[in-house]
Amino acid sequence: MLTGLFNYWVVIILMMAGLYVVMASRHLVKKIVGLNIFQTAVFILFISMGKVGGGTAPILVEGTTLYSNPLPHVLILTAIVVGVATTALGLAIAVRVYEAYDSVDEEDIAAMDTEDRRQESAVTTVTNTPS
Amino acid sequence: MISAQLPAIVLLLTLLSAPVCSMIRNGDNAWKVAMFAVWLSVAAAIALMAQVWGGNTISYHMGGWAPPWGIEVRIDELSALVVILITLFGALVISALRESLRTVMRSHRHSLYYATFLLCMSSLIGITITGDAFNVFVFLEISSLSTYALIARGRDRRALIAAFRYLIMGTIGATFILIAIGFMYMVTGTLNMADLAVRLPEHTDNRVIQASFAFFTVGIALKVAVFPLHYWLPSAYTYAPKATTAFLAATATKVSLYVMIRFVFDVYGVEFSFTQMKLDVLLIPMSIAGILIASLTAMFQSDVKRLLAWSSVAQLSYMVLGMALLNVNGLTASVTHMFNHAMMKAGLFLALAAMIYRVGSSHLRDLAGIGRSMPMTTAAFVILGAGLVGVPLTAGFVSKWYLISAVLDKGWVWVAALLIVSSLMALVYVGKIVDVAYFKTAPAEHNAVKDVPVSILVPCWAFALLTIYFGLDTRATAGVADRVAQALLGIAS
Repeated sequence: MLTGLFNYWVVIILMMAGLYVVMASRHLVKKIVGLNIFQTAVFILFISMGKVGGGTAPILVEGTTLYSNPLPHVLILTAIVVGVATTALGLAIAVRVYEAYDSVDEEDIAAMDTEDRRQESAVTTVTNTPS
Repeated sequence: MISAQLPAIVLLLTLLSAPVCSMIRNGDNAWKVAMFAVWLSVAAAIALMAQVWGGNTISYHMGGWAPPWGIEVRIDELSALVVILITLFGALVISALRESLRTVMRSHRHSLYYATFLLCMSSLIGITITGDAFNVFVFLEISSLSTYALIARGRDRRALIAAFRYLIMGTIGATFILIAIGFMYMVTGTLNMADLAVRLPEHTDNRVIQASFAFFTVGIALKVAVFPLHYWLPSAYTYAPKATTAFLAATATKVSLYVMIRFVFDVYGVEFSFTQMKLDVLLIPMSIAGILIASLTAMFQSDVKRLLAWSSVAQLSYMVLGMALLNVNGLTASVTHMFNHAMMKAGLFLALAAMIYRVGSSHLRDLAGIGRSMPMTTAAFVILGAGLVGVPLTAGFVSKWYLISAVLDKGWVWVAALLIVSSLMALVYVGKIVDVAYFKTAPAEHNAVKDVPVSILVPCWAFALLTIYFGLDTRATAGVADRVAQALLGIAS
């Protein structure tokens, strides 16, 4: 029972670990890492479900009739591409955040934002410089 | 010949013009390409609506592969209405975007911005017309990724952090949807939505399908910004570049709501979603709380952009409430309000973008006296604001009328009273802006402020006039929505 579902236990552990890192970490890059672990768990879930017991790789060769289901694997190739794009964009934004705030700690940034809002309601600042 | 290929054309026009735009270095030329593509897609979307008008369905097989093996594009009146929503309002925003971008970023970056915008638009169209569950996930991610990029281009540094938070929430939501689709595939072995709808009812007692439904509901609720999962929305709308907010507010959450309606009613089925899983018990209290709390928060905002963003959370809750009521009037209200609110909020954000274009701020204090210095823009803003409140003869009245009738059909007088209270709150926050705009004296440094260029003013007024038009002629909105509602609930008309 336990060994037969080994992949799924791994999926659950990775998924929860990833989500925990996303929620608990204050560091923006660590959040992205957590998000990656979380997504990887889902990839493993899909890949595991495509496995057919005793089946071989879905390549047409003589003498085999039992193949693993290739469709979930193809789906996950797409999802991996999406994941890479998300990571790249997330990290790019994190770099820009570091340039703008000089910090990648979420709570420091939140404190600076509160300060910004306080000043905003005190004085009118008309900035019109194109970036 | 061409009319048979329209489902592919409406998607490919914007999808293919995005890379073309990114290769053009001159921002103005890129804008012309984008304009050409989006206005052609508007024509294609209207032609599609003409084809499905009256309750027809188009099933288009991508590459000639028959479903359930190939990818199917499936268009009915609901998806055609949402495609018109995306293309028409997107096109109006793009028309104003060139002038509006000039003050935000240097011109060599404009073409990339248009490319991202077009990519976002085409993926939203893709979500709407596809008949394949996995395609929905892929397009959802493309649209989200381009949205994060668009938001991060805001002038304020807080735009970056807003985009980052949205990225985290959005990715978790999309991954939940992916898990849900995986579970459905595990049990049924198909990804085609029509095929899923046929096969799922046999498995309603299967725990995997129930888990799939739970993952899907949470995932899509994050994307729709159903209260209390709306946390990313106010900041994202506030700090996104001016005119972009207009597009995002009009389309992104509405398309997610479309996905929610499509999956809950068509794929999982009414019987399973509501009778067995009791989705309404979850959604109705959350949406009522959302309507009241978000309207109340909007009343106390001093930044008009943030005020409108909070009002969006409240208005989205109206749509979710309409959906969860599970009667024809409620669903009609939900679908009609999806269209009407997209129109009004896009117009409001665009008019506000025009004001920011001149005075450089969206703070209430800086908008003092703007009704006299920018009379045309402010007049459009007031018409759209009246629509938001739900004044008769505007589009907002139609959808609220249906919603209140739906609540009264259920016999819930108290909920109807709460809806009227929330409309009064809308009157307060819109009235607050009108008061400042017309009855306060403008600060001295705003003496030189005048109305915006025609290229921004015309789209603003187009939104305002459409708001009045759809308040009077409801065949294309409530008429379609009524037929859609009957079809979704399985009532033969």
